[in-house]
Amino acid sequence: MKETYKDGVILKNKEIFPNIFLMSLDIKTEAKSGQFFMLRTGDTLDPLLPRPLSITSTRNGCTAFLYEVKGKGTNLISRLNVGEKIKVFGPLGSGFEIPRKGKMAIVSGGIGIAPMLSLVEELGKLSDTDLYAGFRTGSYLIDYLNPLVKNVFIATEDGSVGEKGLITDIFKPEGYDMVFTCGPVPMMETVYKKTKGIVPVQISMERRMACGFGACLGCSIKTSKGMRRVCKEGPVFWGEEVFYG
Amino acid sequence: MDSSVKFLGTIFKNPVIVASGTFGFGREYEDFIDLSKLGGISTKGLTLNPKDGNEGTRVFETSSGMMNSIGLQNPGVKSFIENELPNMLTYNTEILVNLGGNTIDEYLKGIELLNKTNIKFIELNISCPNVKEGGMAFGIKEEDIFEIVSEVRKVSKKKLIVKLSPNAEDITRAALAAERAGADALSLVNTFSALAIDIKRRVAIFNNIKAGYSGPAIKPIALRMVYDVAKTVSIPIMGIGGIVTAYDAIEFIMAGATLIQVGTANFIDPKITLEIIDGINNFMEEEGIKELKEIRGII
Repeated sequence: MKETYKDGVILKNKEIFPNIFLMSLDIKTEAKSGQFFMLRTGDTLDPLLPRPLSITSTRNGCTAFLYEVKGKGTNLISRLNVGEKIKVFGPLGSGFEIPRKGKMAIVSGGIGIAPMLSLVEELGKLSDTDLYAGFRTGSYLIDYLNPLVKNVFIATEDGSVGEKGLITDIFKPEGYDMVFTCGPVPMMETVYKKTKGIVPVQISMERRMACGFGACLGCSIKTSKGMRRVCKEGPVFWGEEVFYG
Repeated sequence: MDSSVKFLGTIFKNPVIVASGTFGFGREYEDFIDLSKLGGISTKGLTLNPKDGNEGTRVFETSSGMMNSIGLQNPGVKSFIENELPNMLTYNTEILVNLGGNTIDEYLKGIELLNKTNIKFIELNISCPNVKEGGMAFGIKEEDIFEIVSEVRKVSKKKLIVKLSPNAEDITRAALAAERAGADALSLVNTFSALAIDIKRRVAIFNNIKAGYSGPAIKPIALRMVYDVAKTVSIPIMGIGGIVTAYDAIEFIMAGATLIQVGTANFIDPKITLEIIDGINNFMEEEGIKELKEIRGII
């Protein structure tokens, strides 16, 4: 039988941008980029359910998560100190499909940048990758990604970093062999529309989920192939599966 | 010490059943727990025809509870019988097939298909609050409960466990109506009709406005309902509602339940039922309880 929840020791849990934390755990995993873990603090029943967090890095025998504090669960996670324990279950879900070769583009919106560091880690030396990162204001994780990609383009809605505007206005699909995107659904839909007929796009979906392993159907979405669970068949889907309408 | 329980003529290995809608058809749990250790599995709620379920937010967490509006996403009875049931029958645990419907006719057609299988138990869902097809419309008024259970009783060749809604006008009268109509057993409670609002967007969280509320937050109310019903009917009861620990399970047994169902807690950890089963066995050993019937309904 596979294990479910086990303890991870916190090696780092730092607010790298207002409300955005980078946490590292002493968990060694063979996870693929795009997969996620369910995490819960303590044994009490409030919050009742674990939180799904995308894997940000699996380097050096550690597992790192970039997360935004949104509610009670992520708030409690953000207050854990180095040396404290957190319960983790994973890796779960499908990962990105990694092409053998070619030129890649990553398009992220806000906290959707979270899985992209592990993606470029997995692309590794093959990586001929450009990063297009959009934020509402400011930017984060770029320092970690910069050395691993070729070009970095940033757009912010308030113009505080990079170009003023939406990242989808800067991104052009021509010349790429694969596009990876994660962020708000309307942003990913724009990316899909721009890439349609030009280059395949893999999108990483986010949905509220209860269990994380396919049982509750809380995260099911309608796709061209029928109902699919974001936690099990996803979170990574092909663009045309999700935006088929 | 033996935690096995006789229920409707069948020996259940232990009193712990996993509740409908929290365990799919078992497949998602195969990797994590030995399913033969469970007392039984109640399938995801089926309807005659396949359903995609509801749009929009489907799950929402509240303090020590959760709300759901899945909307009975399921493959339909026929596909279940062909694609899921053969696999479930290899699990070496008791299988309860949960069936809902939008009309009496739909229920009866589903029952007829299930009559041809070698399952033993049907859990009749007249209590899902999230879709018309969930049958809660049948589960509110005692006369409606009597009618649907009577009609199903005439057709069903299987043991009939009627799953009651806590949203019934009067839970004890609902239970009596099901018993009079020929239910072999009752399971209670399904989720509570509830509401959550996004105050910034000024809209209800769920597209259907209301959703079903479950989890440890509802346990004391569910326990009271099981207690009231157990004092009223003479058919056996499966107690459901916020059970997370062996302590909770034993409370339901002391309140009068023969078997218990674990629902939302499966989402906390897929292995949680095994902890509950071990905990019940430990309690029995510590307290010198030889059989669970010694403590059943003692309150």
